[in-house]
Amino acid sequence: MKAAVIVFPGSNCDRDLAVALEKSSGKAPIMLWHRETEVPQGLDLIAVPGGFSYGDYLRSGAMAAHSPVMREVKRMAEKGVRVLGVCNGFQILTEAGLLPGALMRNRDLKFICRDVHLKVENTETAFTRPYTKGQVVRFPVAHHDGNFFADDELLKRIEGNGQVAFRYAGADGTVSDATNINGSRNNIAGIVNGKGTVLGMMPHPERLIEPKLGGADGKPMFDALVEALS
Amino acid sequence: MSKITPEIVAQHGLTADEYKLVLDIMGREPNLTELGIFSVMWSEHCSYKSSKKWLKTLPTKAPWVICGPGENAGVIDIGENLAAIFKMESHNHPSFIEPYQGAATGVGGILRDVFTMGARPVANLNALRFGSPDHAKTRHLVSGVVSGIGGYGNCVGVPTVGGEVNFHSSYNGNILVNAMTVGVAQQDKIFYSAAAGIGNPVVYVGSKTGRDGIHGATMASAEFNADSEEKRPTVQVGDPFTEKLLIEACMELMATDAIVAIQDMGAAGLTSSSFEMASKGGMGVELELDKVPMRETGMTPYELMLSESQERMLMVLVPGKEDMARAIFEKWELDFAVIGTLTDTGRMVLKWHGEVVGDLPIDPLAAASPEYDRPWIPTPKAPEVQPSDVTELAWNEALARLIASPDLASRRWIWEQYDHMVMGDTVGRPGGDASVVRLHRSNRGLAVTTDCTPRYVKADPVEGGKQAVAETWRNITAVGGRPLAITDNMNFGNPEKPEIMGQFVGACQGIGEACIALDYPVVSGNVSLYNETAGQAILPTPAIGGVGLVDDLDKTASIPFKAEGQVLVLFGQGDRKGWLGQSLYLREIAGREEGAPPPVDLVLERKVGDFVRGVITASDTNTVHDIADGGLLVAVAEMAMSSGIGAALTVDFGGPLHAALFGEDQARYVVAVDAAKVDAVLAQAAAAGVPAVKIGVTGGDALSVNGGVAVPVKALRDANEAWLPEYMSHGA
Repeated sequence: MKAAVIVFPGSNCDRDLAVALEKSSGKAPIMLWHRETEVPQGLDLIAVPGGFSYGDYLRSGAMAAHSPVMREVKRMAEKGVRVLGVCNGFQILTEAGLLPGALMRNRDLKFICRDVHLKVENTETAFTRPYTKGQVVRFPVAHHDGNFFADDELLKRIEGNGQVAFRYAGADGTVSDATNINGSRNNIAGIVNGKGTVLGMMPHPERLIEPKLGGADGKPMFDALVEALS
Repeated sequence: MSKITPEIVAQHGLTADEYKLVLDIMGREPNLTELGIFSVMWSEHCSYKSSKKWLKTLPTKAPWVICGPGENAGVIDIGENLAAIFKMESHNHPSFIEPYQGAATGVGGILRDVFTMGARPVANLNALRFGSPDHAKTRHLVSGVVSGIGGYGNCVGVPTVGGEVNFHSSYNGNILVNAMTVGVAQQDKIFYSAAAGIGNPVVYVGSKTGRDGIHGATMASAEFNADSEEKRPTVQVGDPFTEKLLIEACMELMATDAIVAIQDMGAAGLTSSSFEMASKGGMGVELELDKVPMRETGMTPYELMLSESQERMLMVLVPGKEDMARAIFEKWELDFAVIGTLTDTGRMVLKWHGEVVGDLPIDPLAAASPEYDRPWIPTPKAPEVQPSDVTELAWNEALARLIASPDLASRRWIWEQYDHMVMGDTVGRPGGDASVVRLHRSNRGLAVTTDCTPRYVKADPVEGGKQAVAETWRNITAVGGRPLAITDNMNFGNPEKPEIMGQFVGACQGIGEACIALDYPVVSGNVSLYNETAGQAILPTPAIGGVGLVDDLDKTASIPFKAEGQVLVLFGQGDRKGWLGQSLYLREIAGREEGAPPPVDLVLERKVGDFVRGVITASDTNTVHDIADGGLLVAVAEMAMSSGIGAALTVDFGGPLHAALFGEDQARYVVAVDAAKVDAVLAQAAAAGVPAVKIGVTGGDALSVNGGVAVPVKALRDANEAWLPEYMSHGA
């Protein structure tokens, strides 16, 4: 698998994603600077990391979505290259129009950093195949703007197309307002595009990839990408 | 050129005697810019004039110390050609006036102190003290400080992994915000601040200079009064995004051989950075102030020299490397300007469009600033509190109240607002005795913690100083780490009052004794004096930040019980029956804040700690908690609450039960050991002369003492978790 991690000024999970990709693939990904106007040939996966791109002093991800490298990411995505956006990466992908919806301030207006339980919904993608439908996994979140919004019509379409990848849930898989950490519509924590080739998610799979860090539920996602894209 | 009147001198915080010294040094009347420079350089904050005499007595050496106090941060050898670089620094006054920016820029400043030496920051911690929860401003200050720390740390992408919080009415008018950063560098890539090389270029990088923070250091060197709110414009404004870029750009430049010396611009900005670099290197400097990147038009040399705008660094480069360095900073979209050169004159010459606007001798200013031997009186010894004189409440009721009290309630509401996992190496998360951060791509880690028990220090500065050091040592030991060194952040009241100065002197003595006994030197620190409002001083608070090394991350311990049926062993008790003086039990249950604090037996401390660490590294336990605020039963309750597993205790120290359960005797740990191993561990303890006694067994979902009532762990946890979120959700 040939993977690249985008680096914006203010990205701060770029190294963490690179470590996770390397741990699964045995190969360090290419780090792509935001000003690049061309991406290397033959990429299988582009990862857009968490952080505060350009400081996120405007709407989170809004400036990064218009950076030179994102034009190329969009072009690659159209060709079917897999794109994974985590946290700020998810915000950037929605701002860039690669994924529907928007991410607003958390319901209680506070930054939230903790492990959360997620219910896996769509297991038909290269990202989510190793999980079983309805499985409960534990990933950390660390965000201030993770409140997923879509209007009624869009929400119906996302749900109808099976684009929901993960929902915030309880340890037993209950999806309710009490398990909705940030006010996201329908507890949505991650979605894919219509083709299932682009995944955006607020939780950080790269942060739980070995028991020493507190869990390894994120590891299968990277292993599966390596398997599907090698 | 304005005439310097006594009013102007006073406005600059200089005494008449100090101004006389200025005239002597200058040989003429200074101009306003020069006076401003003297003012900040000789402020308490920059010159340590009241504290220097006593700080010099602290032990700072050990074979593993690479660089002790005097540089931007302390440096210790952690093996495999790596060094840990760390320091703690206060941002108290600004945080009281403008809590969000005050706390945020406190984090930014301490980060720069660490990465300026070549270390990538890997962990942030913070030691916070707020006023009484009932005080009208407390909620607002907690909320602002926590979001400021989070807002800055989360954005720069350095995990905030630990710290401590106390509430006490003595901080009503002076909160304490002490921020600590720990970084890791290659030992052959450590950068210092001494300027060298006549003719070498002096380079400014980072953010532009604005008018913010002018006289911040002077503000931090005076008592507060009713007009302090008007000092809001002296608080700096932070930009964590620029700081993140500055970290990456500096790391990139540091990988080359272009840097001769580097220093961040912290308190007193360009003045203190340029003076310190020149003074340490015995050099002169000529600065062309009109070349400084400016944020606003119409700025004056006075403002440029005194601005405390954030996210700026000063460097001396190897000649000819300017273009290469400029390219790196431009890549990161940061300002880069050659603003001066080193000279051999020993003087600081300031130019403005070619005209000399300041000319000062460097050494008398930087190195020969005033040093005071302020009068002090020792704190009188407080009487011991006899347990028999203290109200005895049923243990379950006392425990329920204690764990829901402001000083013991869960801090989850705070640390969940901090990204404590970014960088992917947080092995021991907040909430433990010490947090553990893995050294990247290795199986070793740093154990880091902050601690101080201000009520002990108030009652007995010497014992309290010892205790603060010993508790950080114990915290690191409890996770299996080898404690290596500390940074001290000395927060006190007005040193011109002999009783306050006596607190400072006593605390230094206690800290020093503990450092020597525990082989645990001071490698960096910071002093914050004048923490008084309307004559009311804070509790003396020498906050200690400790750093230790975990040699094998597969041999560590944490607080939560891991299994049922394990035997709980209490190490360190000996024949002590429970010390209630200055305990939280005495304060929260009996409503008395008095007595002598628990004495610290440093020989016992070391013996017990070394033994417990050995039990951990022998893999005979992975469950350890040191005993601190609240005593034995609170420690066991915390182990239960964090795991959901209960315990049945059998406790009898031969005195009253409330003293045994809630006494705060030092040098103690609770350790859970498999039943099959416990006899062997106890035999080893006996052989080593370490007091050890079985006090119970883990299991079930409730906590009980000597039979009788059992308290559900869930009820304890709910009460422990509820206080802070409920408090913060009211009002404000």
